[in-house]
Amino acid sequence: MSIKNMTEEKNWSGQKLVSTDYLLFEAPREKHFMTGSEVLKEAIKRCTVDASVSYPITPQSEAAHLIGELWAEGYVGLYFRGENEFGVMSEVQGCAMAGARTVTTTSGPGTLRAMENFPTWSGTRIPCQLVLMARGINSPLTIQPDNLEVSFLLETGCMIWYAENVQELFDMSIAAFTVAEKPDVHVPIITAVDGFFVSHTRESVMLPADDIALHPYDPYASPLPPIDSEMPPGRFLRDPFVMKSNYISYATHASWQWEVRSAVERSKPYARHYLQGLVHTTGDEDAEIVFVACGTATHQAKEAHRELAKLGIKSKVVKLRTIRPFPHQELLEATKNAKYIFVPEFNIVGWLDKEVTQSLYGKTEAKIVGRPRVAGGMSMPAEAILREVFENTNVKGA
Amino acid sequence: MANLGPAHYSPYPVAFYDDLLTPPEGKALLLTEIVDEEVAMREIARVMLTSENATIFPGPQVLYAWNDEAKKKATLIKEMAEVLNAKMIPMYDYRPKYPKIDAEVEINPNHPNLTIWHNNIKACIFVGVHCHYANVALKMIRSETDCYTAAICGLSGHEDAMATIRDQHASEMARFIEIAKEVKKELGK
Repeated sequence: MSIKNMTEEKNWSGQKLVSTDYLLFEAPREKHFMTGSEVLKEAIKRCTVDASVSYPITPQSEAAHLIGELWAEGYVGLYFRGENEFGVMSEVQGCAMAGARTVTTTSGPGTLRAMENFPTWSGTRIPCQLVLMARGINSPLTIQPDNLEVSFLLETGCMIWYAENVQELFDMSIAAFTVAEKPDVHVPIITAVDGFFVSHTRESVMLPADDIALHPYDPYASPLPPIDSEMPPGRFLRDPFVMKSNYISYATHASWQWEVRSAVERSKPYARHYLQGLVHTTGDEDAEIVFVACGTATHQAKEAHRELAKLGIKSKVVKLRTIRPFPHQELLEATKNAKYIFVPEFNIVGWLDKEVTQSLYGKTEAKIVGRPRVAGGMSMPAEAILREVFENTNVKGA
Repeated sequence: MANLGPAHYSPYPVAFYDDLLTPPEGKALLLTEIVDEEVAMREIARVMLTSENATIFPGPQVLYAWNDEAKKKATLIKEMAEVLNAKMIPMYDYRPKYPKIDAEVEINPNHPNLTIWHNNIKACIFVGVHCHYANVALKMIRSETDCYTAAICGLSGHEDAMATIRDQHASEMARFIEIAKEVKKELGK
């Protein structure tokens, strides 16, 4: 296998190159039964990925291992284990700056160890993908599901998408490369799922054939020149500009940061197309009780919605599929009839509640309840959500 | 904020504050409006032909002979400058200049306002500048000067310019020059 084997029609592993639209929406699909880790392997297999760097940490270790198998099978161009997560994310940056479509995975403490790299990624406008399988980050150490780590990533300048289940993880991680690589976007993307609940849970999933794959990344359709050590301006590109702040204006640093955030905003039309909406709603359109959630908390909210329906109580679930960019317009529209908004979350700080409250501030009369919050591996039974509904509204339970 | 004139103290982006994004394929962005490409081309030509010290800022993508397309574009940009009665000041790389920029002969994304102030430029065209650096510079120019900015982009366009046309390759640039000639004739310039 070599990049020299690439043709106009086929990638180096012999897969036929197709458009993202074809891969996501048109190619025939067959039913499989897979975990999130297994399905991520299937997604990466269809993405003509140049490079992947890994480091083991629960619960993403299996996914990282399976991407390594793709390298052994000839689908991924380069694969190696970094020294630690900081090293991994630095090496991902190096690969991406050299023009490689690059993916990595991490979880919990690994995310925090690598933290400095994420705003550096976005500042250098690399379109790499981090698949984040969220887990707790507290001491005493937990390896259990908890998405507190996402709150640390919110202002890194990376896009953040959140998948509810195995199917969404498959589709999102393919769309993620395409959107991140748009020339006017071209920032890193973090595709998040709840660890264990998605990474280790086997579900039915519809997959297209594995003999088709995305066209390769074109580093020349980039907002910055790719590394080229011979030709100007590549040879003296980033280091002096970014590092020598005494030679450039403060306004440049301000403008640079704004530009990264603008790039995230520019992803909205593309994300609307490939994700078929930045939010998905389930339930009664005119409901006064609305659950706003992301990830598997959405699944539990849907369960609560079904229980309320049995009692003749209308409710609606609004699933946020993108966190960065935040879908302000869509959330406002989806909650326009709400009198009560509940934000169930798998963390103790309520970062999504803060996002929702800030987004709707001054625009809604609804009472926003940032509960239930469960963490550290606790599950979120529908009863916990229903209890909040009965305690905070005038509806009566059975 | 998307209008002409010093916008604000800080280089606030219109993507955030005016909800303006790059135009869809086949269209152009003129201040806050999505318009047909020809409408934007005519307006860019009109502003360039009627503003003091109109200047084209060619960037590395057209200053160096990377490929045939770059060579063609470079030739067309020289013609464009003649048709628009415009000066040319290059942004030949993106390095910060030490100890200070020579604002008379170059522009730089780190302090583009200095070149615009020094030369009293009231309208400009960015062309061949890599999108990230163009965007960094365009926000600062909007923030700090009263210069009308236009961006002729080979990729997706620039919402922080006051006028932007996208997917501009050699054939589209040749079309722009023809439109500029017509506008020039209409204006009697």
